[in-house]
Amino acid sequence: MNPLVELNNITVKAQNKTILDIPEFQICAGEFLGIMGPNGAGKSTLLKVLAFLEKQSGGEILYRGKVIPKGNVPLELRRKFSIALQQSLLLDGTVFHNIAIGLTLRKLPKGDIKDKVAHWLELFGISHLAKKNALYLSGGEAQRVNLARAMIVEPEILFLDEPFSALDFPTKIKLMEDFKGIIETARTTAVFVSHDLMEINYLTNRLAIIVNGEVKQSGPTPRVLEHPNSSTASFLNEWKKFYPLAR
Amino acid sequence: MELLIDGIKKAIDMILSGDREVFAITWLTLKVCLISILISTFIGLPLGIFLGLTRFKGRRILLLFINIGMGLPPVVAGLWITMLLWRSGPLGDLTLLYSPTAIVMAQILVSLPIVTSLTCTAFQQISEKMLLQIKALGATRMQTLIILIKQLKIAILAAIMAGFGRVIAEVGAAMMVGGNILGDTRILTTTIVMEVSKGNFDIALALSFILLSLALLITAALTFLQQRKRIS
Ligand SMILES: Nc1ncnc2c1ncn2[C@@H]1O[C@H](COP(=O)(O)OP(=O)(O)OP(=O)(O)O)[C@@H](O)[C@H]1O
Ligand SMILES: [Mg+2]
Repeated sequence: MNPLVELNNITVKAQNKTILDIPEFQICAGEFLGIMGPNGAGKSTLLKVLAFLEKQSGGEILYRGKVIPKGNVPLELRRKFSIALQQSLLLDGTVFHNIAIGLTLRKLPKGDIKDKVAHWLELFGISHLAKKNALYLSGGEAQRVNLARAMIVEPEILFLDEPFSALDFPTKIKLMEDFKGIIETARTTAVFVSHDLMEINYLTNRLAIIVNGEVKQSGPTPRVLEHPNSSTASFLNEWKKFYPLAR
Repeated sequence: MELLIDGIKKAIDMILSGDREVFAITWLTLKVCLISILISTFIGLPLGIFLGLTRFKGRRILLLFINIGMGLPPVVAGLWITMLLWRSGPLGDLTLLYSPTAIVMAQILVSLPIVTSLTCTAFQQISEKMLLQIKALGATRMQTLIILIKQLKIAILAAIMAGFGRVIAEVGAAMMVGGNILGDTRILTTTIVMEVSKGNFDIALALSFILLSLALLITAALTFLQQRKRIS
């Protein structure tokens, strides 16, 4: 299958330090790709590079086989993607306004915006919050708004950087279940950075392990978890103590 | 106490009797102050936004000078503008000294640093992550700017109010570059200074009430703009 986004010999350097060194990497249509690795491994950097939000120091990034000139990413291309981070980063305004913003920026007609926002509020089970100020929501509610805001533009690829990390366990489980249903229905391609093996296990179908700015292993999630290579194994060992890998 | 009551009586008298001289002075004060703060806002807002959102060499030094400028004594500002506009000075040919324009220039000099610095402070607090998120939502640079200005409306209006407070209270520079010429450059603050020196406390007090009302009115309008439509 043709990849949507493809990295070729990508390096990212900051202050003479290489934080990312990736000979090749792909995002394929329809997959839910997990990215896992220790703190400071370069996961967030990789995510930003894949979403055309951070300039690489070397190498090329392709979208549907076409090289995208560095530092000159067309707006239409940027607008095919959306991103949700660990912090919900909502704006001061109503929940409605927050979820609508991607469409407002794309200058959709007011009527369409209203209908779509209503639809996504409903899907995420937050219709009752529409008129509340987004800054006064609970963590779980705010993250639902954040995800709805990212999904409403019907992105070709949804990028997620630890969106569930700050939630308590029951809140996380409920949101993950809802989210999985939503994203499967929408058939959105997703890239998901997480520290949490349970989240990775539940959501992703492909997994890349990244340590020290390098991809150490990648493949179907069950295979990577059941047959980890030495780098992956040493990273996963800590987890195994607390979480038996039964699938 | 008697003085205060006399002052209030006098003020009401002066306002009700429609004293043309008082009216002219008040009008000029309002005009000069509003023009000054408007220009300071038009320059200071973009400058503050730029300084708050970008990082470049020399930025900190520039910021340091602007911050020092916040405490610039008005008489020093007045001195500079006077020297600039003096007949043999660099802009002497414009013959602007002792004109309302000169007062506006001095008031811009003392209020621009305040507007700029406070705006910069507000924009500097926007996190990298927030900027990234807004960009990722599909915003162009211009759209990002509009979102940020809306988000920081409260801080921006506070910056403008602080600048306006400086402008309306200012007297030293206005005295120096305006000359307190009746019908031309006499504004409320300079008139108050003059009346006090003549011992006319009742008139001075009356004028001070007018000045306070003016400040109150403008600040109230800005506060209204700042505080409206907060959703909870
Ligand atoms: N702008 C920058 N300047 C210097 N170093 C940076 C910069 N951005 C990231 N780094 C460094 O690059 C490395 C990778 O950062 P990154 O945020 O991608 O890691 P991560 O895998 O997402 O970590 P975490 O699990 O803590 O989120 C870190 O060592 C970080 O300190
Ligand atoms: Mg990270």
